[in-house]
Amino acid sequence: MKLTDLSNDINEWFSGEGPLSDIVISSRIRLARNLAGHKFLSRCSNAEKSEILKKLKDVLMSLDLGDKVSYISVDKSPTLDKHFMVERYLISRNHAFSKGPRGVVIAHREFFTAMINEEDHLRLQVLKAGCQISQCAEQISHIDDMIEQQLGYAFNPRYGYLTACPTNLGTGIRVSVMLHLPALKMTGQMDRFINAARAMNLAVRGLFGEGTDAAGDFYQLSNQVTLGFSESDIVSQFENTIIPEIVEYENAARNQLLVKKRDILDDKISRAMALLKNAHLISSQEALFLLSHLRLGINIRERMGVSTPAIDRLCRQNPHDGDETNPQGLSIRTINQLFMLTLPAHLQINYGKPLDPAHRDALRAQIIRSALNRST
Amino acid sequence: MNCQVCNKNEATIHLTEITNGIRTEMHICERCAAKQEIVIKNQVPVNELLSNLLASQPSEQELLGQPDGKTSCPYCGFSLAQFNKEAVLGCPYDYEVFEHALLPLVKRAHDGRTFHCGKIPSKTPADARKQIELLSMRQKLDQAIRNEDYETAARLRDEIAKMQ
Repeated sequence: MKLTDLSNDINEWFSGEGPLSDIVISSRIRLARNLAGHKFLSRCSNAEKSEILKKLKDVLMSLDLGDKVSYISVDKSPTLDKHFMVERYLISRNHAFSKGPRGVVIAHREFFTAMINEEDHLRLQVLKAGCQISQCAEQISHIDDMIEQQLGYAFNPRYGYLTACPTNLGTGIRVSVMLHLPALKMTGQMDRFINAARAMNLAVRGLFGEGTDAAGDFYQLSNQVTLGFSESDIVSQFENTIIPEIVEYENAARNQLLVKKRDILDDKISRAMALLKNAHLISSQEALFLLSHLRLGINIRERMGVSTPAIDRLCRQNPHDGDETNPQGLSIRTINQLFMLTLPAHLQINYGKPLDPAHRDALRAQIIRSALNRST
Repeated sequence: MNCQVCNKNEATIHLTEITNGIRTEMHICERCAAKQEIVIKNQVPVNELLSNLLASQPSEQELLGQPDGKTSCPYCGFSLAQFNKEAVLGCPYDYEVFEHALLPLVKRAHDGRTFHCGKIPSKTPADARKQIELLSMRQKLDQAIRNEDYETAARLRDEIAKMQ
């Protein structure tokens, strides 16, 4: 598999489908594991790291996942490829830019990746569109079992699965959801949300993890406690308590916007549309925020069954003359494509060569203009 | 709780004095205790009392801050000074070698929880698996009682009885 096989479209977990996908963009579960009989990576020589890499690579490549899998050697990948894999959530930033023999096994449909020699020997990851946390959990546990049939994991009855960092001890499970919360932001409630999350031992991070900003009103929410709960406790807490509450709050905030701030909402959507359809230079950051407004508009119409003049224009359907001039209109899928395919590394991989920021900003603007002027 | 003298450090010494039926309590940190040269009735200076206390229960501060030449993992050579710097351990055995120092960190990181009660590797032999499951259920039972969740506690107690 070449990266250019992936780079022309979004991955299936970013399709805009799935339960609650107007707010919960995607669900992800990660498991941290280490092989028994080996040191943790910080004390391994490159020779031992290579030995671990080979053992895990052989087992992972032999698994029956119902999809083709490929292995990519991260330490041997060019920098642009590494950035691309990070943008696509195939590997973490840490994995891309650390040292030593390391790689990743990727399912071609991108619902599963396994990082080898990141902070732990093995970090498995399953992603699905919308809120599908228990489905991710079931699938990842099954994959974990298949691997464990062939290799032994470092485990002790008291502390569970043993990890390089004590913060991942026990289940080694990190449940993460990517949320789109534009209304909570527009109604000034983000700080309250972040504080509430922290009080529940949840980490709130930006789009690309630790230390990144909340670009495009996207937030990643994940558990921090991995010891002393079972995997199903953690999953069930997310699905039955945390997610429903957040969805309720964001929906209430969206209603609040429609009732009390309709003009502001329409203004933001219209300006976003105008800029995106016409700008000749646009940064990634700006594009993400403007696309966020369009995403909000489309979801209000499609999920809440409400519309406003700006949203009508956005979706190209005017309720007064009852004439659907363009039944296709602007879809969430298109918005997601514009989101992902204009990220810096995606742009350059698809263009075929590296580009400096000014050229990227121009190319990004051009791609967005042609997509939006075509569909409306 | 903070030291009543400097109000900055955490109070690690709690002195209770009962004189003529009147009980006074003092919560003080090591530094202030030493500075104040507090002497208690039986003539053991507090700093000596301190070192006795510390000898039996070394604080995480002391252990982590001072690399002890003797304490390195026999399997990977890792020392606590390295953990202090890198925030990752050297090998699975470190959890046993440095358990004393790591336990407070684990407790803090996992909201007071220190026992695994989740998935067990499928290759674990049947009797070991049963032991581990029983241990983890007992842990959950204790937790349920602490949380005053008596319904869950009763259910767990019944399940434990069935398993034995």
